[in-house]
Amino acid sequence: MIEAEDLTKRYGDKLAVDHLSFKVEPGRVTGFLGPNGAGKSTTMRLVLGLDRPNAGSATIDGRPYVKLAQPLRKVGALLEAKAMHPGRSARNHLLFLAQTQGLPSRRVDEVLDLVGLRGVARQRVRGYSLGMSQRVGIAAAMLGNPSVLLLDEPVNGLDPEGILWIRNLMKHLASEQRTIFVSSHLMNEMAVTADHLIVIGRGKLIADCSTQEFIERSSEKSVLVRSPDASVLADLIAAEGGKAIPQDPAEGRAAALSVTGLDAPRIGELAAANRIVLHELTPRLASLEEAFLELTAGSVEYGADAPGVRQEAAAGTTSPGSSQ
Amino acid sequence: MTSVSPAPASPSPLTATALPAPAPARRQGFGGLLLAEWTKIRSVRSTLWTLIIFAVVSLGLTALFTWLTLNALNNGRGDARSSGIVTDPVGFILGTGLGLGQLAIAVLGVLVITSEYSSGAIRATLLAVPRRYPMFLAKGLVFAALVIVVGEIVAFASFFIGRSLVNGHTVTGHLHIAGHVVTVHRTITVSLSQPGVLRAVAGSGLYLTVLGLFALAIGALIRHTAGAISAVIGMVLVIFPLSGLLPSSWGAHIHAYLPTIAGQLITADKPAAGQLLSPWQGLGVFCAWTVLLLAAAMYLLQKRDA
Repeated sequence: MIEAEDLTKRYGDKLAVDHLSFKVEPGRVTGFLGPNGAGKSTTMRLVLGLDRPNAGSATIDGRPYVKLAQPLRKVGALLEAKAMHPGRSARNHLLFLAQTQGLPSRRVDEVLDLVGLRGVARQRVRGYSLGMSQRVGIAAAMLGNPSVLLLDEPVNGLDPEGILWIRNLMKHLASEQRTIFVSSHLMNEMAVTADHLIVIGRGKLIADCSTQEFIERSSEKSVLVRSPDASVLADLIAAEGGKAIPQDPAEGRAAALSVTGLDAPRIGELAAANRIVLHELTPRLASLEEAFLELTAGSVEYGADAPGVRQEAAAGTTSPGSSQ
Repeated sequence: MTSVSPAPASPSPLTATALPAPAPARRQGFGGLLLAEWTKIRSVRSTLWTLIIFAVVSLGLTALFTWLTLNALNNGRGDARSSGIVTDPVGFILGTGLGLGQLAIAVLGVLVITSEYSSGAIRATLLAVPRRYPMFLAKGLVFAALVIVVGEIVAFASFFIGRSLVNGHTVTGHLHIAGHVVTVHRTITVSLSQPGVLRAVAGSGLYLTVLGLFALAIGALIRHTAGAISAVIGMVLVIFPLSGLLPSSWGAHIHAYLPTIAGQLITADKPAAGQLLSPWQGLGVFCAWTVLLLAAAMYLLQKRDA
């Protein structure tokens, strides 16, 4: 189990992680979700003892990472994929890591087999693609057969086959009662991978709940209704306490309404009772990506109107979440 | 110098998700860290290349300068500077090639730590050794062991190359020293059994080892390859020697106690006029500077974000 308690990290006058507290339980994949610059990587670095927090603490099974005697046997981590000496072979990279933990060199071959790099492991990593470097990182994380895994954006640079493989690997590892903590800025990726979500924005906790709950809570349910008598239906829906918003009319089709506050069966009954013809009645969930953007709006770092605007914002990389 | 990169490597398809549990730990503790640092230092080509450059430059320049200087003296083109080969042949032999070759050792000392920072490999290292300082100690020990072996071999080889060129050589020359013309007929004899010679040759290897650690400390403090190499070479070649121009006796004292100035005393078989420190005291002063910088580097390593 990973536990963060009031974790705070400041870089200059910028608060990267802001009094963050959460727990990551074993036996499930916990997604760590937030827009770019939300503090995900910093949080992971604090948990792993690479950066020193200004306040608060992080523990793994009750102990700070720096107190672990052979940490790779307890915790595996994948941070940036290219964090290797380009002139060293993947095998030697893994070999020196194994030696620090008293692991035999046979173990290096085992993890190389796991990630399918045995055949190229003696080549220098300079020539590796991003996806291959990512696999070396995963091999390094699995060296000590750890019960806790932290993966920072592991699908970055992977092809579809690789993405599917890593999803299955994470689920498989979670089923072995390991603790899996995986960060991403892509809501859709997390929706199919994670059982539980910890969502942060600008270093602050936004949500800590199951993925299902998060999706339900944050997707506004609406119903698309198409009818030749849309304006009459809109008044009836309003009278029932619902809200109907006219949609852009499609060429040669009946006018459409987007209805919230009433579910599809109720709208159908209402139309039948008033003898209104319906051409379409479709319940819709807001897309996860939209829900995520809505939830983290205002917490997007580097937004054009965020305090402490940086040069990226001035250069035009504004985020959709920043409009208010 | 670019090497031909191998054809794009292609990984195998990903199928496995099951992984056997690893065997229980065999080697525990510090021995494993020494082994790991040795794996790191031997598995990058820059180590081998830097050491080859060190050996080639040191031995090549020792041979070249000794030969050129003897030729110049034989042809009556000797001057006050080249007379050093006559008055102190051992100092001449050890001072020329190794004087430039030492820069390769300084560069290697910087690289063994800064290449970890520039590539990001430092994070993999610190994840494996989160207490950090044992890794730094292991790195220093492994690097020092490597440099002392290579340094002693090259120092003795330099000496023997130089000795084979100068020994039995009779120099007849007209040396212009301080406005006077002096005629010299001298047969140069060099031997390890002469006073101070064995100490100077073996001491050259020791000096190189301490210099390597000195550079390692600077590399760990600055953490950027170019910056740290500039700093070390600037100190060794420019700042420390130039401090000899400081006026009055306190200037001489400052100069004498500077790291490489003090350290190089061990590489001379004969003391210079007005030398403030003995050879071993000089090496001690250099060691003290190096330990101080290593301690500062280790303190900052513990404190700083990686």
